[in-house]
Amino acid sequence: MKNLNSVFAAYLIAWGVFFVYYLTVARRAAALKEDLERLKSSLNRGK
Amino acid sequence: MKKSSLGGAVVMVLLAAAAYAAFFIAPTDSRQGVVYRIIFLHVPSAETGLVSFFICFIANLAYVFKRQPKWDWMGIAAAEVGLAFTTVCLITGPIWAKPVWGIWWTWDARLTSTAVLWLLYVAYLLLRTLIEEPDRRALLSALFGIFAFIDVPLVFGSIRWWRTQHPQPVIMGGPGSGLEPTMRAVLFFCWVPMLALMVLLMHSRYRLEAMRGDLDLVRREAEAA
Repeated sequence: MKNLNSVFAAYLIAWGVFFVYYLTVARRAAALKEDLERLKSSLNRGK
Repeated sequence: MKKSSLGGAVVMVLLAAAAYAAFFIAPTDSRQGVVYRIIFLHVPSAETGLVSFFICFIANLAYVFKRQPKWDWMGIAAAEVGLAFTTVCLITGPIWAKPVWGIWWTWDARLTSTAVLWLLYVAYLLLRTLIEEPDRRALLSALFGIFAFIDVPLVFGSIRWWRTQHPQPVIMGGPGSGLEPTMRAVLFFCWVPMLALMVLLMHSRYRLEAMRGDLDLVRREAEAA
């Protein structure tokens, strides 16, 4: 099974890229949600 | 179970099924050996990247004509997702090329036009960070996105129009081209999870951008109050 390591490496890297990208989107969304909630509550307090 | 979690689980099952098909159902290539199995990842990633950039192009055109923020959000979501798939294509290609060609990279028409495509969409994302005003940012990036899309037909046609080190097309390549039937069926099957992953990622990224739009609106209201 010559070059099987290359095939595994390609699959691991590809899945890694997609997983890391999905994580960054999820983290950005969570941070933004927090900001939005904070801003909304501070606006409500100001009214 | 949340809808997005269910979608993620379905995509993961499909990806695992595609990997199983690529490793155990597709026959081994008599000349390249097992390393050719990278095409079941490389080709669907490349094609999905091009589909994402096409969606970005449509969204950019729609924004220029309609000036609705949702098209700007769709444009950025599609560009970022397309970039992720093209990154995978540009990484897996050299991993396949080294054992088969003996080199990691060569500046032929397909590889060069794909590298330029990647750089163009990186520039698209960078451009968005440089402009503060939302409407101006959306319009300029839409215009740049329309310009960047010119490279997509070049990438698609490069192996059809010019002699390249990159293999000739295995899909829509004309008479005498293509793959052995089982390999072709597995290749199309492997494309399904990639498209499903594209939809999942684009949906998450679109929601993020929509939320950013809401935040901008609330901020502006707060400043006006």
